[in-house]
Amino acid sequence: MSTTTHDHAGHNHDHAGHAHDDHGPGKGLSRWLFTTNHKDIGTLYLLFALVMLFVGGAMAMVIRLELFQPGLQFVNPDFFNQMTTMHALIMIFGMIMPAFVGFANWMIPLMIGAPDMALPRLNNWSFWILPFASGILVSTLFMPGGGPAGGWTLYPPLSLQAGNSFPFTIFAIHLLGMSSILGSINIIVTIMNMRAPGMTLLKMPLFVWTWLITAYLLIAAMPVLAGGVTMLLTDQFFGTSFFQAAGGGDPVLFQHIFWFFGHPEVYIIILPAFGIVSQIIPTFSRKPLFGYAAMVYATASIGFLSFIVWAHHMFTVGMPLAGEMFFMLSTMLIAIPTAVKVFNWTATMWRGSLTFETPMLFSLAFLFLFTIGGFSGLMLAIAPADFQYHDTYFVVAHFHYVLVPGALFAAIAGAYFWLPKWTGHMYDERLGKIHFWLSAISVNITFFPQHFLGLAGMPRRIPDYATQFADWNMISSIGSFGFGLSQLLFAYIVIKTIRGGRKATAEVWDQPEGLEWTVPSPAPYHTFDEAPVVK
Amino acid sequence: MHRVATNARRMISGLFLAATALPAQAAWKLNMTQGVTSTAQEAYDLHMLVLWICTIVGIGVFAVMIYAIVTFQKAKGAVPATFTHSTKAEVIWTVIPTLILVFLGYETAPALVRIDDTRNSEMTIKITGYQWKWQYEYVGEGYSFFSTLADTSNAARQLGSGVNPKSVDNYLLEVDNPLVVPVGVKIRYLVTANDVLHSWWVPAFSVKRDAIPGYVNEGWFNVDKPGVYRGQCAELCGKDHGFMPIVVEALPKAEFDAWLAAKKAPAAVAAN
Repeated sequence: MSTTTHDHAGHNHDHAGHAHDDHGPGKGLSRWLFTTNHKDIGTLYLLFALVMLFVGGAMAMVIRLELFQPGLQFVNPDFFNQMTTMHALIMIFGMIMPAFVGFANWMIPLMIGAPDMALPRLNNWSFWILPFASGILVSTLFMPGGGPAGGWTLYPPLSLQAGNSFPFTIFAIHLLGMSSILGSINIIVTIMNMRAPGMTLLKMPLFVWTWLITAYLLIAAMPVLAGGVTMLLTDQFFGTSFFQAAGGGDPVLFQHIFWFFGHPEVYIIILPAFGIVSQIIPTFSRKPLFGYAAMVYATASIGFLSFIVWAHHMFTVGMPLAGEMFFMLSTMLIAIPTAVKVFNWTATMWRGSLTFETPMLFSLAFLFLFTIGGFSGLMLAIAPADFQYHDTYFVVAHFHYVLVPGALFAAIAGAYFWLPKWTGHMYDERLGKIHFWLSAISVNITFFPQHFLGLAGMPRRIPDYATQFADWNMISSIGSFGFGLSQLLFAYIVIKTIRGGRKATAEVWDQPEGLEWTVPSPAPYHTFDEAPVVK
Repeated sequence: MHRVATNARRMISGLFLAATALPAQAAWKLNMTQGVTSTAQEAYDLHMLVLWICTIVGIGVFAVMIYAIVTFQKAKGAVPATFTHSTKAEVIWTVIPTLILVFLGYETAPALVRIDDTRNSEMTIKITGYQWKWQYEYVGEGYSFFSTLADTSNAARQLGSGVNPKSVDNYLLEVDNPLVVPVGVKIRYLVTANDVLHSWWVPAFSVKRDAIPGYVNEGWFNVDKPGVYRGQCAELCGKDHGFMPIVVEALPKAEFDAWLAAKKAPAAVAAN
């Protein structure tokens, strides 16, 4: 509705001699500060995520350096705990979520034939909250007592033992959550109201579908986290005892609240990745996505299930038997829609005509390695075995398999896939492939041995370990250094592509499907001022 | 049905163990321990069952993927088909995972019930987590003590200590006073904490239970054979989370009784 009114206003301006259509980007820094353009904001999100990848990555390097051999060589245990805590918070809230919001900003309007996001000023705000929130979070490392060291899960009572960093961490999480909620509102309103004529819900590209469901998950889950951390804040400063046993409170309540947010959060991170891969695999298979409707329903059922499985993160807290049984069986159910997705991607390639450009390579690695992460997820669902897996490196290996060769590889694949559309230049295919092979090999050297470490009995979140864990830790560390260095190559390739390179055509790839390929490359500052008609 | 599955599991587990035992010296350990309690054996059996299911499904799925990647290449002149779905195939690959999961649930649920059953225990030990040590109390015996990281490990683990951890026996897995328990006795444990969360974990027993201030969690174990079993705190509890190990010495019942009597005597004197 509002868009219609806006269009009329625009036309009136045109009549008054105001060239609305030629309104290009602003000059210098103010372009980026004040922009309401979805493409500019998408770029800001993506570049911000790229920077944070290296901030969070540097922390991972500190962790792996200390774990390179037994004994403490480089950092004290408290700083080590700050690194594990901050690495997680930065990578989740500062890197992977902003990266996918960046993709949403750039691609959703282009994919549904909308001129921009529905709420452009809100869009500007939801981005610009991010650097400040992340800045506050990182600044806690330099405060007396250092940054938060109680794990990203912020379990009380330990998290309440933090020093000056505590209120700043909570405030930063509030801001990051706000940014996500605002971004989600924008995405939902855009998808619901601004689709081109003929673009019915079941004609939307799967990336748009996955983001629609993700945005609802965010709106449902984020306020729960905000509530939980606010209760932590009042426990610390206002004399409440929500989580303090001494005052009649319940430390386990926080875990329930946290994971009621935390488990949907897992899918908030992976669903957009599913969406990206679902765009790429059909393109390089030259064949439509297999079982589109099933993919949509599978995504929706994963979204639903994500809200009823949270306590599988808490099998060892001493739940009643009925609780453990319910959460074990409901968690196992998630394997079904996930399996459907993997089968559908495979069937998409079946009898296709495959080529292996860098985005496809990363998507294929996603397909294999995410599946491995899915298998270990099923193993973790088995409660009697989880008593052995829980809080060991097996869990660390599991969630890194779904987050790194899962979510991050999908984001990298998407970056290669759409970089030509964004910049107008082809990336260097040879370097892209080198980046792929270095990443795919080193990520496995890093994380596969962590399965063995966990099964052999190494707990997570420890700065030093018994000597029987030394060999696999050294191998894992070597892999991680390789993976970290490989991502510098990615940054180089991205910068090189922005600065120049072979000119990309509008289609970029071999007859790809979707409205984004009907506009020139680079996509003009304003696209779809007149809505395309989708048949 | 259950018995058959269990036997089949034991057999394939054995095969897997034989396959991995070759390169697996202590330092290159690959797999979960089979432990020394029935709970640990059940955890191991279920772990192997689900691992094998995942392995077999994985081989199947990956084989299809690899076949597709190798066969349907544009470079080999593959012409893309145009099909977009197949209800038959989709129903099949939804139903098969569902059946596998039903089977898994059928195998797992009874184990969970058995693990939860703390009835008919013969003695009770109360475990309390502190930053960063454990306290063990023989409930009804009037004897309790603290258990902390051994001095040798503690000296070696300091930043820049210059001590090679490999020169320390049981580095980070040795304590001053181990918990001593009898073999062949169903022991009920109560676990709680006095400051922050901890988690008492002994892999050989497959006991991992969170120690939570304000809560008393309970569980049980029954150790099959005498020995020294080592574990660690499994829930982040602050800077020395990695340095509060657990050592349990399992003794034959008679030796345990003698040990406890000897320990109680001076404690009683001190109390008077």
